[in-house]
Amino acid sequence: MEKEKVANTLSWKLGGEAGFGIMSAGLIFAKACSRGGLNVFVINEYPSLIRGGHNVSHIWVMEREITSQYYPVDLLVALNEETVELHKNEINPGGGILYDGDKITLSKESLGRDDVNLYPVPLEEIAVETGERAIMRNTVALGASIALADYELEMLNGVIRDTFASKGDKVVIPNLNAAKAGYDYIEKNYSKDSFRCKLNKIEGREPKPLISGSEAIALGAIQAGCKFYSAYPMTPASPILHFMAAHERRFEMIVKHTEDELAAILMAIGAAYSGVRAMTGTSGGGFCLMTESLGLAGQGEIPLVIVVAQRPGPATGLATWTAQGDLRFVIHAAQGEFPRLVAAPGDIEECFYTTIDAHNFAERYQVPVIILEDKYLSESSKTVEKFDVSSIKLDRGCLARPEDLEAEEITFKRYEFTESGISPRALPGQKGGIHNVGGEEHDIYGFMSEDAENRQKMMEKRKRKIELAAKEIPKPKLYGDETSNILLIGWGSTKLPMLEAMRVLAEDGVKVKYLHLNWIIPFPTEEVSKVMDSSVKSIVVEGNINAQLGSLIRENTLKAVDHKILKYDGRPFYPEDIVRGIKEVV
Amino acid sequence: MKLTYKVSDFKYSFGYNDGKPNWCPGCGNYGIITAIRRAMVELELDPENIVLIGGIGCSGKLPQWVVSYGFHALHGRTLPIASGIKLANHDLNVIAHAGDGDCYGIGIGHLIHASRRNLDILCVVHNNQIYGLTTGQTSPTSLKGFKSKSTPEGVIELPINPIALTLSSDATFVARGYAGDKNHLTELVMEGVKHRGFALLDVLQPCVTFNHLNTYDWFKERVYKLEETGHDLTDKNAAFDKAFEWAKTNSEKIPIGIFYKEERPTYGDEIPHIVDKPLVKHDITNIDIEEVLTMMT
Repeated sequence: MEKEKVANTLSWKLGGEAGFGIMSAGLIFAKACSRGGLNVFVINEYPSLIRGGHNVSHIWVMEREITSQYYPVDLLVALNEETVELHKNEINPGGGILYDGDKITLSKESLGRDDVNLYPVPLEEIAVETGERAIMRNTVALGASIALADYELEMLNGVIRDTFASKGDKVVIPNLNAAKAGYDYIEKNYSKDSFRCKLNKIEGREPKPLISGSEAIALGAIQAGCKFYSAYPMTPASPILHFMAAHERRFEMIVKHTEDELAAILMAIGAAYSGVRAMTGTSGGGFCLMTESLGLAGQGEIPLVIVVAQRPGPATGLATWTAQGDLRFVIHAAQGEFPRLVAAPGDIEECFYTTIDAHNFAERYQVPVIILEDKYLSESSKTVEKFDVSSIKLDRGCLARPEDLEAEEITFKRYEFTESGISPRALPGQKGGIHNVGGEEHDIYGFMSEDAENRQKMMEKRKRKIELAAKEIPKPKLYGDETSNILLIGWGSTKLPMLEAMRVLAEDGVKVKYLHLNWIIPFPTEEVSKVMDSSVKSIVVEGNINAQLGSLIRENTLKAVDHKILKYDGRPFYPEDIVRGIKEVV
Repeated sequence: MKLTYKVSDFKYSFGYNDGKPNWCPGCGNYGIITAIRRAMVELELDPENIVLIGGIGCSGKLPQWVVSYGFHALHGRTLPIASGIKLANHDLNVIAHAGDGDCYGIGIGHLIHASRRNLDILCVVHNNQIYGLTTGQTSPTSLKGFKSKSTPEGVIELPINPIALTLSSDATFVARGYAGDKNHLTELVMEGVKHRGFALLDVLQPCVTFNHLNTYDWFKERVYKLEETGHDLTDKNAAFDKAFEWAKTNSEKIPIGIFYKEERPTYGDEIPHIVDKPLVKHDITNIDIEEVLTMMT
């Protein structure tokens, strides 16, 4: 008799050597599911090398929206023995292991688990027979996975066709054959009854795009009219460079892989100064090299967006893993005091909309704006509703109108003292707009000035801009049960597992509220203070060892959080980590 | 109607130091700023279409005293700023001014890449073979044995050869001028501005305060003009020969003038969507990402 199955929920994990095409196969599987109207969340883990080493693509499929991975696995697809060893204890009872029986010898006894189904499939043999090459073992495994989940092979076929379309039939057809052979092998040799999950295409549900955090940032930049992106490759910021470069011609941008990070930020500053919306992106190490230029943008009041995709530091740290350790760094980077804005979007949607805001704010306040993401958010993908761009407005800030530029004046008052601190901006090439900008203290025309009174007034003018921004930028958002006494506070990618953790807690009868800081600088002192006052217990949840947000809260509100849930092992929070942490203190 | 300008139109009567350069009396920079202003007049450039980028050092202040858009960049970082400006708006005439410490020391990586990149930028290096603004330390072009505050026993390294370096980095225009010969220098600046592509103009610029070796008198005995020797500008081997003459003759003969010049498409020429319209003039209000979102579904 068929056991009752878990419908439309599947945790699928594919593991194998780097070079086996783990991530690309994972993405194909995820899309095969999302095209059937299902929601997916994709997280990839890999070491910093190209061949060998253990790569994992973990995909959660659900009928409802899912914002992060959980630990358990339903189907472990092991392309090598190491995958079994590392992940066998993650498998749910009733789950299974799909592996190459010719390569790996497995038994329930050797595994030490009799509640897991074993599905040996001669992946490599089938790959060579049907797909012509052993490398297509991953495609065979995809077909076999679809069969075990009792899902539709045609959903997979469609993704294979689209993915390899540009490479032509010589790639598409062997892949289709390999997928079908894997599917048929399961159909012929195994009963699917014992496998715990089943996926169904959801009729009438429009498939959603599958987008990563970095892709969403790139799309946001494109939508905001960013026409210049300069960067030097560095994990985990490189996906932005790749996406922007891939779409350079389509959107008529200039995407420049520069000689180093210094040139990356400086070229962006040069372009921004000239009137083009510009952005650069890097990780902590590259941002170290950019810090002097960050100050140049601050002092020169040049609008600029900088994406800092965090990974565990210092120095090279853990190059392909995740952390939230650079909050204090980006807030304080560069010598001297100047206004900057810092955002930390928490999910794919926020990555998109926040990047548009970042470009608007950079020009409105004429400041550098830093967008903090991390490896987890950068490279994890999720199905999202198509972005709503109908209400998006571009704010180019205070640009001098040609008719206002007095042609008879020799120089333009680029740094005129104003009540808001924001001065009109003329762009090179504009008649009547001639002025100097740069890294030295200057007078209202941009001429170098060491005058004490001028210095003081310029410092105050620049400070007024951040005071204005503090009034205007979006406020932190409160999620969950507003009446709860338990307050969780986080920033950046913590939002993803947090929203899942709150579901789990709610099911256990624990009601919490979560304050997510999407914009951290200017610090939302009043809002944080108020919500802390209305709570009995406050807990920060952060991916660093020093509770950097916790210390910022104390610094700004003079209130200390009661507890800290911190993670600094290079891995992202899973909802289970947060739930455990909360239960320990509540 | 096209406006015509006089040299005085490129001078400020107010501003930093009341618009007057505050370099030491006799500084080679006076020769350079004169050549820049004269070249602008001769070439009939409109001040608003010129962006001068200065680095840090005595040379970096030059844009403060020339009526044009000016960008005072960081030490060593004139070329990437200039590159960003040129890529954003290639209608502008972009001229970077850096010192020898700036361009051949801390910023030398950018020089090599700017050379091979071939953006249409003129890079004028105020080469006085010493750090002047920081009161006299050795520079990357100081001759071996040169004594300074940072090398009281004399420099051990050999000097950078900017001409050979940029030639080997495929710069399309490589020249050297001498601040003591303003007319010749004006011509070189004009040729550098007119050249479509990256132009290096290394200018020998005596520092009268800190460099008591490489003086006007010292140079006067040694410099000679390449164009007076029948030098072939298109012959890269000949250019290399001349690039090493200073070192080979143990500073006996120092060639000035254009070493090498070639026509090659600029970096911007190879970006189809900016050929007819500078990037800054592209409309950003109607961007449709719908098709890309569909591709990601």
